[in-house]
Amino acid sequence: MDAPILEMKSITKEFPGVKALDDVTFSVAKGEIHCLVGENGAGKSTLMKVLSGVHPFGTYDGEIYVEGELQKFNGISDSEKAGIAIIYQELALVPELTVYENIFLGNEITHGITIDWNETVKEAKEILQKVGLDVNPSAKIRDLGVGKQQLVEIAKALKKDVKILILDEPTAALNETDSDNLLNLIRGLKSQGVTCILISHKLREVLAIADTITVLRDGKTICTLDASEGQVTEPILIRNMVGRSIDNVFPKRENIRIGDVVLELENWNAYSPSLGRDILKDVNINVREGEIVGIAGLMGSGRTELAKSIFGNPDGYRLAGTLTLNGKAQKFRDPHDAITAEIAYVTEDRKGNGLILIQDVKNNITLANLKHIAKSGVINENEEIVIATDYKESLNIKTPSIEQKVRNLSGGNQQKVSLGKWLFVKPGVMILDEPTRGIDVGAKFEIYTIMNRLVEQGMSIIMISSELPEVLGMSDRVYVMSAGKITGELSVEEATQEKIMELAVDY
Amino acid sequence: MSEDTYKTKKSLKDSELVRLLRSNISEYFMFIALIAIMIFFSITTDGIFISSRNISNLLNQMGYIAVLAVGMTLVIVIRHIDLSVGYLAGFLGAFTAIALTFWGFPVVGVIPIVLILGVLSGLLTATPIAKLGVPAFVSTISAGLIFRGALLLVTMGTGTIIIKQKSFNAIGNGFIPDLPDFGFLDNNHKITLLLGAVGIVLYIISAINSRKKKISYNFEVTSPQLFIAQLVLVSAIIAYIAWVLSGYNGLSWSLVVVLIVVAVFQFIMTKTPLGRHVYAVGGNPEAAELSGISVSRITYIVFGAMGLLSALSGILYASRLQSATTTAGLGFETDAIAAAFVGGVSAAGGVGKITGSIVGALVMMSLTSGMNLMGIDISIQYIVRGAVLVIAVIVDMATRKARR
Repeated sequence: MDAPILEMKSITKEFPGVKALDDVTFSVAKGEIHCLVGENGAGKSTLMKVLSGVHPFGTYDGEIYVEGELQKFNGISDSEKAGIAIIYQELALVPELTVYENIFLGNEITHGITIDWNETVKEAKEILQKVGLDVNPSAKIRDLGVGKQQLVEIAKALKKDVKILILDEPTAALNETDSDNLLNLIRGLKSQGVTCILISHKLREVLAIADTITVLRDGKTICTLDASEGQVTEPILIRNMVGRSIDNVFPKRENIRIGDVVLELENWNAYSPSLGRDILKDVNINVREGEIVGIAGLMGSGRTELAKSIFGNPDGYRLAGTLTLNGKAQKFRDPHDAITAEIAYVTEDRKGNGLILIQDVKNNITLANLKHIAKSGVINENEEIVIATDYKESLNIKTPSIEQKVRNLSGGNQQKVSLGKWLFVKPGVMILDEPTRGIDVGAKFEIYTIMNRLVEQGMSIIMISSELPEVLGMSDRVYVMSAGKITGELSVEEATQEKIMELAVDY
Repeated sequence: MSEDTYKTKKSLKDSELVRLLRSNISEYFMFIALIAIMIFFSITTDGIFISSRNISNLLNQMGYIAVLAVGMTLVIVIRHIDLSVGYLAGFLGAFTAIALTFWGFPVVGVIPIVLILGVLSGLLTATPIAKLGVPAFVSTISAGLIFRGALLLVTMGTGTIIIKQKSFNAIGNGFIPDLPDFGFLDNNHKITLLLGAVGIVLYIISAINSRKKKISYNFEVTSPQLFIAQLVLVSAIIAYIAWVLSGYNGLSWSLVVVLIVVAVFQFIMTKTPLGRHVYAVGGNPEAAELSGISVSRITYIVFGAMGLLSALSGILYASRLQSATTTAGLGFETDAIAAAFVGGVSAAGGVGKITGSIVGALVMMSLTSGMNLMGIDISIQYIVRGAVLVIAVIVDMATRKARR
């Protein structure tokens, strides 16, 4: 095989408190299709961000060589000059502009200071032909389907004289036909000499297309497999992807007492008008008293959407099916209804929609249940301090004072503030969405301990998590989601990382 | 450096007062700036600026802007803006004049009707914003144009409408009654002094009560020395203001209105769940919604309050001019927005105090009044006010950043 077109040597990238990449070595041969697989948070996207210059030279350790030359990218424009183009999952197209305007955006064909539109359209047509997209170049992006938009994105990348094309989950939002088209296009590009790096969760599609597969796990390169001969199989990949050991990072629960069904969803469907598609399909799940139910699944499998559809449906999905809480069918109009019915939802994105960062610990903790500390419409601020101090102590929130702005706390402590806020509404069912994302091991253990304490007191917890060890270590029962459907239900005894991953990639 | 000097330095650095000042620096900054501006103009005008007559005039003039600034604070806190308030005030002022003059409505009947109309107008303006997500900028500009048209329409036949009701005109020009002279303090307005004294007593009682409650909860409180210093300082400020006002005609009705509005809104914003919800929606609307707070409901409430205060502003202005004119309301919104920003309201949302905006309004009004007294041309006045606004916001942002 030829000399590698790309070599990334001993790449280490740290974020505050987390080592996202740990001595990763990644080598891509010229003209191959190289797939990068791994669990959520394995470091795939971070590695590609290092490669494309989003994380500039100097913020990581290690070296990048393109065609044997050491590269020091300071930004995307540098990596583009070196012939690297990256296409993200979220498309970077301007919906109101036409196809040809988008293709040449930032790279316009000019005559002096004016744009040569005729030449632009002509070249756009040629490029569109190359990606096999049969649309009018004057069509607006927003009038095209997602599949076609994806192709426009690729066309845009190709025009930049690209040597290495990186696609991050390109088929995640596509249907079967569009996916097949895209894979065929990638094969076609390979025959034209373009090297492709493909990040994908869909293992079947990876095996169908890859020449080489690199597996990342916990920020480390686990193995690089030659897939051209067909000797690699899904089970082999899954074993390499998961393989993490479950040591005793999970506190033991003392007395497990699981009672009656508290919350039940039957034939639960959701349609998102803004996305224009079904996001939940015939979901049937239940949660019992004193039980932790894990919901596993890959990114985009509909887990967060499921949580929100239960929690008063703030995104305005069209729902169908029944939600039964404590034996009574319920319809929540908004989160306020859900909170009144004693459901709490600790969001996945605590900074984005969980906490009010510019307010202090105390105000955040009491926000969802102010009426509890208000007497005839006036907040008893002293009572508020008492309550906030209680939660600070019982949850061990490390903050100099409860008047500290939440923005200044570490991720783990912010998460504890979120927990405190939702415990203060005294919920019967608590939905935790990625409860330990981005927080350090010590804080994780504390949060697990709190969860155990809560279910021992009779609360029911629905825990959405991308970390399989966490799902296995904490849950009594596991549902696995994929593409908006429940693809399996496992008791914790029968569940293994391999089984969950098989169900999670079952689409 | 010896061990000892190091220690004293450290203890000074961490002393209670310094800590208190440091953590509230951006709040005190505008106060300090206001005092500096007042001292500056007192010197440049040979004391005319600080005379009872001028201070009284200044406070009475700012009434119709101050009430708008209170409402604008809420609107900006929830990340919106309201550009319609000037013309709404103008239109409702004209409506008031017509109702009083042509329809012969009694004053006590007209005022509640106009206030209700203000609330309804605010709710109407808020509807596209809260229901459809139309930017407040667009919705309120449209509303402003409509109100302006309405103002011109109702004054078309008559032009300026003169209001003859004395009781109505007293709102903007009158003063609270005084006791008859009895040979003591006859040059001063005695009721104003009395009210000042009552204010001081109430303030001291409530401060002591709140401190007692804190102690009963075993909370940390400021040291007794600092607490007494704080009581003395605030009492002195109240006493001084009462003294200055009593030297002219005493407390004006328009200042009474402003004080009531400030007290009510300050109470709502700091002491009630509704106030917390407003700040939460401004701080992070998604998080607020997921905490069970309806963002659209808060939007309606805030714009409804803004409409109410616009109506009040219109009444104050019409009463002060004793007439309704075709240009009433022109530029009010700019002054209200400027007062709010000078007073430390953050355009990013979630941050801003009612009291801050009142200080902001005082700063802007002091500038106008001081420069008028100095005989500075209006052209220069605009330039100075613009510069002060942008400098105030820059300083505010800088002190906020430094505190992180």
